[in-house]
Amino acid sequence: MDFATVIQILDSAVRLMTPLLLACLAGLYSERAGVFDIGLEGKMLMAAFTSASVAYATGSAWLGLLAGIAGAAAMAGLHGLASISFRGNQLISGVAINFLASGLTVLLGQKIFGLGGRTPSLSGAARFGEITLPFADTLRPVPVIGPVYAELISGHTILVYIAFAMVPLTWWVLYRTRFGLRLRAVGENPASVDTAGVSVTRLRYAAVMICGVLCGIAGAYLATGISAGFVKEMTAGRGFIALAALIFAKWRPWSALFATFLFGLMEAVANRFPNLDLGVVTVPSMFMNALPYILTVIILAGFVGRAIPPRAGGEPYVKER
Amino acid sequence: MERMPKWADVILTPLISLALAFGISALVILAIGESPVEALKVMVEGALGSSYGWGFTLYYTTNFIFTGLAVMVAYHAGLFNIGGEGQAALGGLGVALVVLALPWPHWALALPAAAVGAALFGALWALIPAWLQARRGSHIVITTIMFNFIAAALLNYVLVNLLRPVGSMDPASARFPAAVHLPKLSDMALGLGVEWGRNTPANVTFFIAIAACALVWLLIWRTRLGYEIRAFGKSEPAALYAGISPVRITVLAMLVSGALAGLMAINNVMGEAERLMLNAVEGAGFIGIAVALMGRNHPFGVFLAALLFGFLYQGGGELALWTSIPRELIVVIQALVILFTGALDNMVRMPLERLFMALRRKGA
Repeated sequence: MDFATVIQILDSAVRLMTPLLLACLAGLYSERAGVFDIGLEGKMLMAAFTSASVAYATGSAWLGLLAGIAGAAAMAGLHGLASISFRGNQLISGVAINFLASGLTVLLGQKIFGLGGRTPSLSGAARFGEITLPFADTLRPVPVIGPVYAELISGHTILVYIAFAMVPLTWWVLYRTRFGLRLRAVGENPASVDTAGVSVTRLRYAAVMICGVLCGIAGAYLATGISAGFVKEMTAGRGFIALAALIFAKWRPWSALFATFLFGLMEAVANRFPNLDLGVVTVPSMFMNALPYILTVIILAGFVGRAIPPRAGGEPYVKER
Repeated sequence: MERMPKWADVILTPLISLALAFGISALVILAIGESPVEALKVMVEGALGSSYGWGFTLYYTTNFIFTGLAVMVAYHAGLFNIGGEGQAALGGLGVALVVLALPWPHWALALPAAAVGAALFGALWALIPAWLQARRGSHIVITTIMFNFIAAALLNYVLVNLLRPVGSMDPASARFPAAVHLPKLSDMALGLGVEWGRNTPANVTFFIAIAACALVWLLIWRTRLGYEIRAFGKSEPAALYAGISPVRITVLAMLVSGALAGLMAINNVMGEAERLMLNAVEGAGFIGIAVALMGRNHPFGVFLAALLFGFLYQGGGELALWTSIPRELIVVIQALVILFTGALDNMVRMPLERLFMALRRKGA
């Protein structure tokens, strides 16, 4: 395997990890505040549909992005209503949201575009274009650094850079702001936050809505960044891989970056080598595709470092009277 | 003191939740410019209007009874088994291995063996998440989701690389021999001299599903294990204090749950397709969640809910055939049923409780 191939695989991994990273950080806000979210998949799917539809209608990827955020936020609001206001089962609510998105996107897509659930393909300004960073072409001839800068770091859509910027931002918000401290506290011990006179409900809604916004960006990236339009079930389990990455990262932002990169890399390798020949054994692509899930189960089992979720996760908060 | 009478809890609340779910589904149909009344007419006509429709409705019902019971048994133990999809897929593998392993002389011999294979593989696929939950505290919802994906990958590998007959391009096993062909309900009706449901997939498994409902009722409410499962599901510390082992109950409840999900395979793999194909479960494992929630985790409720979803499934197919409404409408209805009977349960319950409290105060 030569250097150019390695760069190509890494480049593809960066593209594939972006929706995972955004969804993973989305889940991180929600679960750190004590609201489990297995509806990341549905929110991303809804956002992919609304962003592609609006981007097609207006010809603007940015308006599409806003619509994507609105679509995912609507789903997040529903999740908040069920799991915070009505103290319902957060897991069941997440399952319902996944099905709702899966059904509604096809139903509405068929009604609006009549293409069997697809949107027409997007082109020009309706998609996020690739950004060439300054000096990319000047630096290209430089050995090693040149290709890495020009091929790997430069030449992605703005959403990829936003996703990477979200990692330090999330770290800063969670560990260096008052809001972050309260958010983490509400996921561990909501009663103490309540005693301090801070509204548990408002904090959890804030976390769930941030989750919706990030899922919205992830969905918009899928439909208007990496591909040109919405296709039925286009998230293809990415919401669940993001969930796996979140556990793998033990609910921490920087680890989320590495976990999603690892899972993105696995997908990139599986795409490139359907049957990976390691000399002794041939690894079938199915195994590579299942690897993120297998690794997550192993991590969950606690054989390699233990993943402990936020203590109040999944529990609706009932104020004492 | 009870907050509201039992009938309101068991019948009124779910009925209001269902009415809300179907009301919103009707609004969705209106929103895409179709008439809900027309749609309902097409669905009733297509699913219940002929013996042909019934033959499909009962076939789907059979699938959903098994997956609904699977979710239900786990739920009584306080476990949310979201992995019915993977367990049913593995059940299919069990059926295929058993049926293709021996030259079975007659279906009546092959059926019990295949049922054991299906239940065993389904149960084994539930065993690992169960053990991890019981021993290592890994959240069973997450592990069963992961196991659904691992099952899909495993099945894909087995079908493409191992079970696929030489020269075939299809990722599917060889056809099952004619001797193991399960009698269809239509064949049985013909035996009685009645022409009923020709060319429909409903088969003898339907009766096994009904028997499973009765057995699960016996297990949960009439045996020691069932008592322990319910006690554990209601309160883990109390169960522990009563000498009930959490590890044992978690594992046993999930084994039963996985076996029930796996048993679905004798209907769809042995009864209908007569070979193992990719994605044979077609989401029935997930519909089990809606069925169990709507059936209030009681076998009779599960039976009724499975019948309703069987009707929706067959009716949805007819809708896609005769109108411009895609069959994904059923997925939306399913989502709304899960949302209202599951997650938004308190939205209906809290005002009702207040109403009954107010009535009682007035009465007293």
